Amino acid sequence: MKKLLIALMTTTAALSLAATAEAADKLKACWVYVGPIGDFGYSYQHDQGRLEAQKALGDKIETAYLENVSEGPDAERAFERLAREGCKIIFGTSFGFMDAEVKVAKKFPKVMFEHATGFKTGDNLGVYNARFYEGRYVLGQIAAKESKSGVAGYIVSFPIPEVVMGINSFMLGAQSINPNFKAKIVWVNSWFDPGKEADAAKALFDQGADIIVQHTDSTAALQVAEERKLHGFGQSSDMIKFAPNAQLTSLTDEWGPYYISRIQAALDGTWKPDNVWLGIKDGAVKLAPYTNMPDDVKAMAEATEKKIAGGWNPFTGPVAKQDGTPWLKDGEVADDGTLLGMNFYVKGIDDKLPQ
Amino acid sequence: MDITVNILLTIATAATPLLIAAIGELVVERSGVLNLGVEGMMIMGAVGGFGAGYLTGSPWIGLIAAIVIGALFSLLFAIMTLSLATNQVATGLSLTLLGLGLSGMMGTSFVGLPGERLPNLNIPGLSSIPIVGKLLFGQDPIFYISIALTIAVTWFLFRTRTGLTLRSIGDSHTSAHALGIKVIRYRYLAVLFGGACAGLAGGHLSLVYTPQWVENMSAGRGWIALALVVFASWRPWRVLAGAYIFGAVWIGQLHAQAFGIPVPSQLLSSLPYLATVVVLVLISRNKRLTMMNTPASLGQPFVPDR
Repeated sequence: MKKLLIALMTTTAALSLAATAEAADKLKACWVYVGPIGDFGYSYQHDQGRLEAQKALGDKIETAYLENVSEGPDAERAFERLAREGCKIIFGTSFGFMDAEVKVAKKFPKVMFEHATGFKTGDNLGVYNARFYEGRYVLGQIAAKESKSGVAGYIVSFPIPEVVMGINSFMLGAQSINPNFKAKIVWVNSWFDPGKEADAAKALFDQGADIIVQHTDSTAALQVAEERKLHGFGQSSDMIKFAPNAQLTSLTDEWGPYYISRIQAALDGTWKPDNVWLGIKDGAVKLAPYTNMPDDVKAMAEATEKKIAGGWNPFTGPVAKQDGTPWLKDGEVADDGTLLGMNFYVKGIDDKLPQ
Repeated sequence: MDITVNILLTIATAATPLLIAAIGELVVERSGVLNLGVEGMMIMGAVGGFGAGYLTGSPWIGLIAAIVIGALFSLLFAIMTLSLATNQVATGLSLTLLGLGLSGMMGTSFVGLPGERLPNLNIPGLSSIPIVGKLLFGQDPIFYISIALTIAVTWFLFRTRTGLTLRSIGDSHTSAHALGIKVIRYRYLAVLFGGACAGLAGGHLSLVYTPQWVENMSAGRGWIALALVVFASWRPWRVLAGAYIFGAVWIGQLHAQAFGIPVPSQLLSSLPYLATVVVLVLISRNKRLTMMNTPASLGQPFVPDR
């Protein structure tokens, strides 16, 4: 047994050495994912971006990734390990990696770091994020058009600004079509538990919702919609295969173009840390093909998508907060800072925001 | 009325995987072995069941594959702890870690593919009776297996000679050994049974509950099953009660949220755990009875002196 173990260990060591030796003349781009790439959701989409970059830049680069890295001390070790292994540009894809990445970036000033969804930057650390709320406004409009009961079920994970922003944007979209539109909100307190998400969907449908929206990662809720012959929206990736008759569209993340442009900049030597918040117009937020809806709804959705791509912000006044106090004046546009720290609901939402 | 039936059906689906995995682990622990690898065996069953179901197009073959893979995976634990007398806690934990990793690797090509769902039972005439028809005759096959398992295990443990022998091994393996009982053989079979059950529970996840494969999809259900066994003080019907209380409170809190009851959702989400613990502690208040039910040599390695 012992001999076997030693043999195994030597082989692995030899293999990893071989990999590093080969990498010498290529630019090595690396990723750190918070979930498994097999989640068919958030981390999966980042990995699709990595594969796109690998494909587009071909043999000029080499890519590597670490998946399932938990936020905290583990993350710091992960970043440090990648930096030591010769990664020239490293993408950390979860909000919770922020402090770890800041620390490691200071230690390795020659390595380029990029952090998704965070707000701390440095001399060699940039941040990038996507305006998912833009897509959620379109979902809200479709839901209000397609729902017969006038009630949507909304499955959510944790009350962080990103999620609250999404609910608000969805409701503003829905209210623009049907001012009395309601959403029943259920917090499952988990990003990823297919069983819980399915249960939540069933509960929401049982209580009269006929369209399901989610800010969790699995396809489970859509599968329930398919079974009940009702409708819903996908999340992170196109989930049409799981619900060919139920999915109206899916709010997908497309990181590929951004990764390609950043790695290209690194290759050209023009890379500088930046702070970008990409939206529909940049192609980072995409809506999967509109299906299972009449042509006029589809046309409306496409028009809204175009309007947003043209620079219009769903958070344009007049908008009141949940308790009726005015928030945005007529024509006033919410600033990014408020959105990124959003901790209140807009008017017309029946839920009490967990604090 | 429809909503009540729907709620009950949802509860049954949520409780079934917990019940099956816990019943399996109960038999293992009754034999004096503590296998903390339930989560790992469950997720292996889930990936195996999904894979076999997807590749053959038959969810029934998937179901059998889930059971077989769960059992095979537990064999690894049995060889380590029973034949090589390793530490059961450490081996069980590593079985869970191994299962989570291995299943992710095995399932890479299944990600993003819709799976085959096991069809619900449909008996013409009976299944369409209002209210009870759907509840009694219209659920998924694994639901019926879970109830049958609970009955069978109760009967086996408390009404058969073999069951008595198994319990005696759990209480004192040295005495059992002195009486000429083949302790290791019994434990091997118990561990394999536990593995098969955990595998079946995993199969329920990927073939009925949410017919898909994603990494980590068991999401801690193996650990809940483990806890249920302890809180149920190693009694099969209490395990069933625990699993259903857990399911009922969980589904109940989802409905409360959707209904708009203004209670913090974090508190509501923790309710199933709290409620299950409280109820099971209450029903096992009798200390003497609990002591009697606790397998005395649980977790101790056994090395026959010759």
